[in-house]
Amino acid sequence: MNAFLALIARDVKLTWRQGGGAGAALGFMLTVIGLVPLALGPDQNLLQRLAPGLLWLTLLLSVLLTADRIFQQDYEDGSLDILAMGDQPLELVALAKALAHWLTTSLPLAVLAPLLGFLLNIAPGGLWPLAAGMMLGSLALSLIAGLGGAVTVGLRRGGLLAALLILPLYVPILIFGISAATAMTGPSGAGSSLIVLAALALAALAVQPFAAAAALRAYLR
Amino acid sequence: MQNFANPTRFLALANALLPWVWAAALILLGLGLYGALITAPADYQQGETVRIMYVHVPAAWLSLFAYGVMAFASAIAIIFRHPLADAAAKVAAPIGAAFCFIALATGSLWGKPMWGAWWVWDARLTSMFVLMLFYLGYIAVWQAVEEWDLAASIARVVALVGAINIPIVKFSVDWWNTLHQPSSVFKMGGPAISNDMLWPLLVMGLAFNILFVALHLTALRSEIAARKLHRLHMHDVGAL
Amino acid sequence: MTPLRSVTATSLACYRGGRQVFSGLEFGLAAGQLMEVRGPNGTGKSSLLRMIAGLNEPSAGSLSFDGGDKDKTLGQQAHYIAHQDAIKPALTVAENLAFWQRYLGGGDVAQALAVFALEHLAATPAALLSAGQKRRLALSRLAVSPRPLWLLDEPSVGLDEASHQRLVALVLNHLAAGGLVMATTHVPLGLEPHHILRIEAGRRAA
Repeated sequence: MNAFLALIARDVKLTWRQGGGAGAALGFMLTVIGLVPLALGPDQNLLQRLAPGLLWLTLLLSVLLTADRIFQQDYEDGSLDILAMGDQPLELVALAKALAHWLTTSLPLAVLAPLLGFLLNIAPGGLWPLAAGMMLGSLALSLIAGLGGAVTVGLRRGGLLAALLILPLYVPILIFGISAATAMTGPSGAGSSLIVLAALALAALAVQPFAAAAALRAYLR
Repeated sequence: MQNFANPTRFLALANALLPWVWAAALILLGLGLYGALITAPADYQQGETVRIMYVHVPAAWLSLFAYGVMAFASAIAIIFRHPLADAAAKVAAPIGAAFCFIALATGSLWGKPMWGAWWVWDARLTSMFVLMLFYLGYIAVWQAVEEWDLAASIARVVALVGAINIPIVKFSVDWWNTLHQPSSVFKMGGPAISNDMLWPLLVMGLAFNILFVALHLTALRSEIAARKLHRLHMHDVGAL
Repeated sequence: MTPLRSVTATSLACYRGGRQVFSGLEFGLAAGQLMEVRGPNGTGKSSLLRMIAGLNEPSAGSLSFDGGDKDKTLGQQAHYIAHQDAIKPALTVAENLAFWQRYLGGGDVAQALAVFALEHLAATPAALLSAGQKRRLALSRLAVSPRPLWLLDEPSVGLDEASHQRLVALVLNHLAAGGLVMATTHVPLGLEPHHILRIEAGRRAA
């Protein structure tokens, strides 16, 4: 447990020192959201209708853009070799690093992203279910990003492949996140969508460590 | 991959079986197409376009079946570490993707007269579309990773994670669909289908299944040949 | 826990990328002994160390150990110094070592810093270190957490004379305390190895 926490603490510290955690990703989101009215026109009603979907899409993309950072550095500087020789199994290494990514990147983004909704004239009532969905979903986003990062860690041009592998896995999270955010118009309340999002996060929590560790072992060989 | 753990027995079996499998597939395909295009009646609502169903539905079945084969072979590869299983998963992917593409294309052709648009995001087509993305990702892994053993290890993970996710995607797309369009535009299958429409559909389904087996064995045979060639080249440059 | 008494390899083989790197490798290494692994480039010296470290599975043959902690793998009882230094430039020298101390367990950071005379650099970001200083920091990992088997892949590359002497002293100390050391190196360590393992292309020569 000590080693597990030590690894999370180190990764959080590293992201903090090197920048490029939630800060750069938030800048990316801000830029994309700023381009939206230029692409679709400044119609307030249209923007309000599209706001939850656009915010979710930019959240997915910004988490995706940080996926390669999760394992890349440790793989290239040899740290992953030593991490694999620790007393805890590689599965827990993969989990710890995904959790650190969640703490430094996905979770802050999920908290801050709904605020960008004001630029899109978001309905104030829709803000809470949007934020709640993003926070619940962000854990699954980080875990899946970790899986994609592990699967492509040793490839020189792995970024595009990671995107191709990660984004389809984001489909259920996107659907239920949107479903929660637009629950007022949907057939059921936001509650059930949020429960499904939590279930998706748990499923990712159960699968990610094993799948990511299997991929990392193949690259370490 | 050191070798295909002596694929001679597999090759002997495949060579003996393949002519029969191909013959069975083509005969059943002919029979099914005869039933689908000639004897089956046109639908009273959809007219002649309903005949697209006889290709669309089996293709959709097969695209799921092929993913099942891929995931099963990947699981076998993990458990028994038999490189032939990795090769079986590898060559199943493009075939499955092709069936998936056929299902999407025929769905689109079918949709034009039904919906008045080439593409409609209905629940089935959307699920199929995401399945296609899973196939593309899996194929891209084999393309991107040069070393065969490494590619096989990574591809196993990708195939199994995809297999876990396909039902989840299906469930969420259905949910999404009820959110956006309460009733599906066309519902196929069910007990309402008449017998002279059912038998060609089942024959086509069987024909596609055997066609898959024929394609899969043929592709597996050429994958083994490609690996042999690769080993010969490695021998030439003195790496062996 | 009993101390690690010996490590034995029986007809060990390694295939990479469908290519046979080495095969039929046999050796035995006992507590207090140093083994030098020699051979030209590409014969799998690094692959052998990675295999013992548990990062790479034997394609054939087996690796076994006697004594030691039976609940752990051989890799979990080994230190592996690779070509890469496993150093985070954004952390200070002391923080780098403190992380490995927490992660691998045991040891004292201040003492480990002293082994390669890095005390005065403790608060310096590792990004500012020279290549030789980075190597010293990487080698300090050996001292920060007690593990019986040391796998050293060309450990003395980039070290100045004084640091080289410190490395030799550290290895001698470890051997005297009953440790086991395997080193691949072109630059002789200046120590008399108990065993020399020669790997030639494709197979082992006596």
